[in-house]
Amino acid sequence: MTQAASTDQATSTAAARIVVLAGGLSHERDVSLQSGRRVGEALRRRGLDVQVLDVGVGLLDTLRNDPPDCVLPLLHGETGENGALREVLGLVGVPYVGSDPQACRLAFDKPVAKSLIARAGVRTPPWLALPAETFRELGAAAIMAAVLTRLGLPLVVKPARGGSALGCSVVRTEEELPAAMVACFAYDAVALVERMVAGTEVAVTVLADPEPRALPPVEIRPDSGVYDYAARYTAGATEFVVPAELSPTAAAACAEVAVTAHSTLGLRHLSRSDLLVDTDDHVWFLEVNVAPGMTETSLVPLALDAAGLDVGAVYAGLADDAILSADKSLSQ
Amino acid sequence: MAADKDPVTGGVMPARGVSRRTRLDSYVDRYATRTHGMTASEIRALFAVASRPEVVSLAGGMPSIDGLPLASVADSVSRLLATRGASALQYGSGQGDPVLREQICTVMALEGIQAHPDDVVVTVGSQQGLDLVTRIFCDPGDTVVCEAPSYVGALGVFRAYESAVVHVEMDDAGLVPEALRRALASAAARRAPVKFVYSVPTYHNPAGVTLTAQRRTEVLDICAEFDVLLVEDNPYGLLGFTGEPMRAMRADESERVVYLGSFSKTFAPGLRVGWVLAPHAVREKLVLAQESATLCPPTMSQAVVSTYLAEHDWRGQIKAFRELYRERRDTMLAALTEHLPAPVRWTRPDGGFYVWVQLPEGLDAQAMLPRAVTARVAYVPGTAFYADGLGSRHLRLSYCYPTPERIREGVRRLAGVIAAEVELRETFGASLPPDAGAQHTYERPGPDQS
Repeated sequence: MTQAASTDQATSTAAARIVVLAGGLSHERDVSLQSGRRVGEALRRRGLDVQVLDVGVGLLDTLRNDPPDCVLPLLHGETGENGALREVLGLVGVPYVGSDPQACRLAFDKPVAKSLIARAGVRTPPWLALPAETFRELGAAAIMAAVLTRLGLPLVVKPARGGSALGCSVVRTEEELPAAMVACFAYDAVALVERMVAGTEVAVTVLADPEPRALPPVEIRPDSGVYDYAARYTAGATEFVVPAELSPTAAAACAEVAVTAHSTLGLRHLSRSDLLVDTDDHVWFLEVNVAPGMTETSLVPLALDAAGLDVGAVYAGLADDAILSADKSLSQ
Repeated sequence: MAADKDPVTGGVMPARGVSRRTRLDSYVDRYATRTHGMTASEIRALFAVASRPEVVSLAGGMPSIDGLPLASVADSVSRLLATRGASALQYGSGQGDPVLREQICTVMALEGIQAHPDDVVVTVGSQQGLDLVTRIFCDPGDTVVCEAPSYVGALGVFRAYESAVVHVEMDDAGLVPEALRRALASAAARRAPVKFVYSVPTYHNPAGVTLTAQRRTEVLDICAEFDVLLVEDNPYGLLGFTGEPMRAMRADESERVVYLGSFSKTFAPGLRVGWVLAPHAVREKLVLAQESATLCPPTMSQAVVSTYLAEHDWRGQIKAFRELYRERRDTMLAALTEHLPAPVRWTRPDGGFYVWVQLPEGLDAQAMLPRAVTARVAYVPGTAFYADGLGSRHLRLSYCYPTPERIREGVRRLAGVIAAEVELRETFGASLPPDAGAQHTYERPGPDQS
């Protein structure tokens, strides 16, 4: 793909027919459908033949019988982001945009991603990964007491795998912890309990075309104080500042952390890292998304827009690159 | 340059080097106060998954219209368009088609109602009927009294008109008259104007219970005592499983009852045809309100309903629906008995679509919903049916749409979900806040006949 797919760039010809996968059976189905619709429309505006398909039992037959030039997996949550679907796309032999299954598995599991990124020298809030089973076997009260001793308050409790802040809680008092754990375990069998760092919430998109580069950081200011599901998907409930109002040092550090996260986990094409900048301008890594939301209230489109990039042009370029990479691997 | 344009507002972007602030909604400061609760919700997101065929949805109240003689209905509709298409596709009367209004009176006669077609206003489903009734009676802050729990769609209408909702306790015999009397007396003491009592007395949604004949008289007497209007919402009245249809409250009181009826459960919800039967003066206001809202209810839909009633054995069809829903109700109750552990309780409906389930102490049906969706089963959490956030220990199951086989499978999955949640709550139980299972006095369960 060529550098900087601007709005004025001519439509590519390699990826003439594209299938956007959206929906699925994860808790984020609705968000995914919105992302799929938006990206599908952006590609159509560039003259591409786009089909937006849901994931179901007939999908593989459809892809085999009438293979598109490229697939854009815009599925959020389990199957879409944990590598499983991409593994299958690889089996069918259809080029797809985004990270490979191995990288997805690392990124989707938040404790694993935090471990690897911390090892790369990036700050990440202290955390513990605790399966529900452990509480059952060893007793909840004792474990929670130990957690509070280790991490202190306030805490953030979130499912180890999942997105859109579903099942996430902020815990400000000791008494709130059990209910937060129960809410989290409704979404996943493993909870990530993390010390809450106060600061400016920032999302940084990394676009690899082909070298990974950070787009302008997007600052998130939810009215409610917490960037939860309602704050994410209710237009007007959150103020975004693009580029984020950060010191030049912090802005540079955010870009570096996001690119480091992208590279460390071996991600491809596009990722979004969620970060915090504390009062000392230290940047903390929270998590990275391999299939970031592309809805009307999502963060990546804001970053693309601030960089002067068009959603359709970017995805068309990434599709071209996916096709080219697939051709190369076949010829090797 | 496209990059200089705001993608949402179309306005000019700030100069280079200056941050842009956006809320992604240019109108955010201009919405009416009543829209403030209209936010994205996790629950709504989870229901998006429930629509997938892999999920057994025991959530929605969709009637099973597979049993309708669709080929024959299609012939009728085709003839209708060929012979009366010009009028069926034209604007019509704001009050609704006179022939259909006469036929509606015939339908209501099955529940003992003697009505004149002049007092019937056709609406876009009974939902719009309730909207119009609330529109003409309720100013912001006015009080509406309704059952606890109450129909979620009604609560939405009351919220839209900024009405205050006061819930009144129910038990296995429906609304508790003494509780109603206390609520009305309390409102009177507070000088809070109660504009009407809203009730689904027959095969209640969501509770599945039916107000007994004796209590119907008592409730009407109490409404008379406090000079309050009763809005009787009766979409399921003809879908009882035992004997003759229950006598409507409107059958015994014509001046103090506004009656809402619907063809959505007995024929086809997609046509959106319902009606309001109201005392003369109220009806006049409703017609004016209807004209302002829609000009007229959809003429084509009215013509289809009218033709169906004239040319088809609609009474026989209702009988067939009753048999179909009875079988599904029986299947669900048997599956609940087989799979759910003793602390779980549920109601035994004699008609309609719903079973109301009470979970063991400490469980929260809304918090459990993600686990249920993961297990590929869906229900409606009880909190949806309360205006004040209570009902967390309850959930509504519907048996109207899934086949008996799917109902059995759905209940089996639900049992696994409840068992896992019970285990989790037991793990954390001693640490959970003591008020987690607290209940209002009116949040008492329906009858436990399991």
